[in-house]
Amino acid sequence: MASKEEKIEVEGEVTEALPSTMFRVELEGGHDVLATISGKMRKHYIRILPGDKVKVELSPYDLTRGRITYRHRD
Amino acid sequence: MIIRKSPQEIETMARAGAVVAGTLAVLEESIRPGITTGELDAIAEEYIRSHDGYPTFKGYKGYPAATCLSPNDMVVHGIPGAYELGEGDTLSVDVGVTLEGFVADSAWTFPVGEIAPEAQRLLEVCRSALEAGIDQVKVGNDIGDISQAVQTAVEGAGFSVIRSLVGHGVGRSMHEDPQIPNFVTSYRGPTLRPGMTLAIEPMITAGGPDVYIHDDDWSISTVDGSLAAHFEHTVAVTEEGPRILTKRAPVLVP
Repeated sequence: MASKEEKIEVEGEVTEALPSTMFRVELEGGHDVLATISGKMRKHYIRILPGDKVKVELSPYDLTRGRITYRHRD
Repeated sequence: MIIRKSPQEIETMARAGAVVAGTLAVLEESIRPGITTGELDAIAEEYIRSHDGYPTFKGYKGYPAATCLSPNDMVVHGIPGAYELGEGDTLSVDVGVTLEGFVADSAWTFPVGEIAPEAQRLLEVCRSALEAGIDQVKVGNDIGDISQAVQTAVEGAGFSVIRSLVGHGVGRSMHEDPQIPNFVTSYRGPTLRPGMTLAIEPMITAGGPDVYIHDDDWSISTVDGSLAAHFEHTVAVTEEGPRILTKRAPVLVP
């Protein structure tokens, strides 16, 4: 049975909205990642703005890119 | 943490692997247009239990069946049921067996009757990508060498490697460290040492690499509807090179 690639989940804050629904997110602990948004968030049309606190999923194989899976309510 | 196995433990895994290979052989003979995936699963479970094995997948995180049977654009984790195979389908069969506490895991994509030439080529490329990956199982190589061989074989043939699903260590349980991606990244992964037991499993598509999970929370299919293929062996790292523990025994022709 195939194993799903294990993701690392970290909290961060959106610092910049980039073209084509990419965002720059500063993670807790300081480093920056480029993040796209998950399909579920696209489907439910969740808007993301700089300053939002978000949950980001990272692949252990590429720690510079992530996927935003959750936007916290403020 | 990577769990290395003793030579005796690897022998036990090889016996579990023989039951896995036997199950695949029985299913290959049973696959034909008109049979349902539910019927095939029942055949597999009967075979596994009559050989003193336990179907590892059954009950794993609540998985309801003995095998994963994934037709056409479904990549993996298809739950057997009412789906009736048709002429020209492909069916990915994934089987795990636990025997005396040890697990072996293998998968094979079978044609149902005559299939399109491009589908046939996809299956052949996936199978040779698995062989290329296994060829890299040498003490001192790292996981990245396996990943690279698989990716090169698949992409060189014009097909895509799925990113979100990976191979894995196997033995005391079905999923152990390390992860074995079918693609290369800057992280080369751990170095291969004798006694490591790995489930190497290219999962490839004739279209793009993206997949989605169905509402049943298990089945995974390609987003673009393109055909998928999946071949997998459980392989032990030995000083003499790779030892395939789920090797398909030659079938005697009566």
